[in-house]
Amino acid sequence: MEPFTTHTGIGVPLRRSNVDTDQIIPAVYLKRVARTGFEDALFAAWRADEDFILNVEPFSRGSVLVAGPDFGTGSSREHAVWALKDYGFRVVISSRFADIFRGNAGKQGLLAARCEQSDVELLWKLLESEPGTEVTVDLEARTVSAKDLTIGFEVDEYTRWRLLEGFDDIGLTMRSEDNIDAFERTRPSFLPTTQAASTG
Amino acid sequence: MGSTLAEKVWNEHLVRRGEGDEPDLLYIDLHLVHEVTSPQAFEGLRLAGRAVRRPDLTLATEDHNVPTEGVELPIADPVSRTQVETLRKNCADFGVRLHPMGDAEQGIVHVVGPQLGLTQPGTTVVCGDSHTSTHGAFGALAFGIGTSEVEHVLATQTLPLRPFRTMAVNIEGTLRPGVTSKDVILAVISKIGTGGGQGYVLEYRGSAVESMTMEARMTMCNMSIEAGARAGMIAPDETTFEYLKGRSHAPAGADWDAAVEHWKSLRTDSDAVYDAEVTIDANSLTPFVTWGTNPGQGLPLGERVPDPESIADEESRAATENALEYMGLRAGTPLRDVAVDTVFLGSCTNGRIEDLRSAAGILRDRRVAEDVRMLVVPGSMRVRKQAEDEGLHEVFEAAGAEWRQAGCSMCLGMNPDQLTPGERSASTSNRNFEGRQGKGGRTHLVSPVVAAATAVRGTLSSPEDL
Repeated sequence: MEPFTTHTGIGVPLRRSNVDTDQIIPAVYLKRVARTGFEDALFAAWRADEDFILNVEPFSRGSVLVAGPDFGTGSSREHAVWALKDYGFRVVISSRFADIFRGNAGKQGLLAARCEQSDVELLWKLLESEPGTEVTVDLEARTVSAKDLTIGFEVDEYTRWRLLEGFDDIGLTMRSEDNIDAFERTRPSFLPTTQAASTG
Repeated sequence: MGSTLAEKVWNEHLVRRGEGDEPDLLYIDLHLVHEVTSPQAFEGLRLAGRAVRRPDLTLATEDHNVPTEGVELPIADPVSRTQVETLRKNCADFGVRLHPMGDAEQGIVHVVGPQLGLTQPGTTVVCGDSHTSTHGAFGALAFGIGTSEVEHVLATQTLPLRPFRTMAVNIEGTLRPGVTSKDVILAVISKIGTGGGQGYVLEYRGSAVESMTMEARMTMCNMSIEAGARAGMIAPDETTFEYLKGRSHAPAGADWDAAVEHWKSLRTDSDAVYDAEVTIDANSLTPFVTWGTNPGQGLPLGERVPDPESIADEESRAATENALEYMGLRAGTPLRDVAVDTVFLGSCTNGRIEDLRSAAGILRDRRVAEDVRMLVVPGSMRVRKQAEDEGLHEVFEAAGAEWRQAGCSMCLGMNPDQLTPGERSASTSNRNFEGRQGKGGRTHLVSPVVAAATAVRGTLSSPEDL
C-alpha cells in the first residue's frame, strides 16, 4: 500500500447525512470481479441528476469529500471505498463514520477523518462560497486546512501508523504465525468444521 | 468485575493481545463466503501466492445474484453469471466447499450456516456481508467484514480487531399476538437511531427475548447492523441447544456434552457492566413499519407519516423532507392508507420456515389484492423443501403469490427481482435505502404477518385489520 502523509486537493461539500453504501455504490455495480474501475459507479444514482455536486465544475475534480454525519452506513461492501478511491478521493471527512466503512477505508489507504460537525459546517461554508478551494490534509499533524481555516481531526493511532507506513495487514499478521499455530492446537474438539458432516 | 457475553467470546479467541495501539488478533471459527464480496479477495491471494489457511472452516454459497426462477438454466445476466462462475472456480482452486445454485443446501449464507448446525454458541463467525450479525442469535460473536478482511481471514483465519463496546438491550414483557421480533428490532432501531449502536455489540436480553424461538432471535440479531452495531448477541439457552441438537454439523456424543457444558457458561456475569443500556417495553409494542429511507425512520402502523415542519432540528428536518420526497409520501397520511404495488416475503431477515408459516397462516383462504404482486422467496432450498412438505406453497399459490427458488432476491435486487422506478413495496427485508430494491423503488420494511395482511388489503395493514 502506498504511504499516506499529506494530501492536497479540491474539497467537495456533500451536505447529506446518512450517506449509506447503497448510495455510494448501488448493488448493480457489485457484480464485477475486478478490483479497479469503479469510478463510474460512485454515487451513480445521484450523478444522474445534473445538479449533483460531482457534476459541477470544479467539484468534479475533487479529492477531499466533506460529508454529513453517519457516512458509509449499511452494507459492508468494500466497493464503496474502491469507488471513492477510483474516482480520485483520498480523504473523506465526516463527524461520524460507520464502523465497517471506516475499517475498509483504512485498509485501502482512503483516510476517513473524523471532525466535529461544527468544523464540518465551517468547511462546507468555505467550500461553497469559494468553489475549488484546495484542502490540505496532514496525517502527521492530524490537521485539515483550507485558506485561513485549520481544524483538527481524529483517526485511530494504529490506522494512522499503518497509513503513514503503507503497511498491509496480512503481512503484519503473518508475523504472528507461531501464535496462530499455537492457538489452533488448543481449540476444543467439539468445534465444527465445514468438511465432513458428523453422524449426530 | 465479571464479563459480558461478548467479552467472554472475545477473550476465548485471543490469538495475541495487541500491545499499545495495536489491535488484538482474533481467531475465526467459521468463515462464510458468497459470490459478491469474495472475488477480489481470492484474486489477492493468487497475486500474493497465498493459500486458504483453513478451507475446513470455510463454506461458500451462491445467493446474492441467483435468479429465483429457471435456476436450472444458465444465468441470463452475463455479469451475474461471471461472478457466480468466478466463485465456482475460486472454490475449486482453493478447496472450499460450495453450495451452488440448484444444490439442496444452497441458500442465503445466513440461513445456511444455522440450518447446517455450523453456527454454534461461543464461536466467532465472519462473512463479507453486514448481516452476519444474524448468527449472534446463538451466542456467537458474528459480524460482517469487508473484502480486504475476507482475504485476511482466508489467508490467516484471524482478524486484527479492537474490542467492541457492549450495550444491553433489555426487552421485558410479553409481545401481543401479531407482534413479532421484527417489530421489536424496528422499534429498537427507531429508538437508538441508525448510528446509535456504532462501535457496540448489542446484547438482547430480557423475558421477551428468552421466550423467542431461534428464528425470531435471528431476525432481531440480523438487523443489529441497521442500528450501526457491528454485532448482536443473545445468550444461548435450552432453546438454542434444542435447535442445534441433531443438526448435521452439531457436535454429537461426548462432544455434545462437552459443548453444552461450555455453552452454559456463555452468559453475562451478574456483576458485569455494559458500556450502555437501553430498555424496550415489549407489552406496549404494536406492528412497526418504516416510512422513510433508512431503517431508523419507522413508526407504529397506527401512526401517520411524520410532518417535517414539526421537527426542530434542521438536519433531521431536511432528512425527513428528502425521505418523504423520495418515498412519494405526504405528511399526515395515515400509514394504513399507504397503498403498495409489491409485497416481498423473504431475505436473511425473514426468509425462514417460521416466517413462511406465519405469512401462510394469514393468506390461507384469502387472496392477494388485485394489482398487487407478491413474491415469496425462501431463504434456502431446505426451507423451500420444508415449506413444500407442509403444503405452504399451495397456500401462497392459491392466494395468487409467486412461489420462488432460494436467494437474496428482491432484498437488494442484484438478480432480476427488482422494483421499477416509483414502485412501492412492503418488504420483510432489512433495508429501505433509496434504490435498494431497484432504481427508484420505494420500500416499507415490515414483518411477515404485516406483509401478508398488506398483500390482502393492498395497503399497509396488520392481521387485525382483516
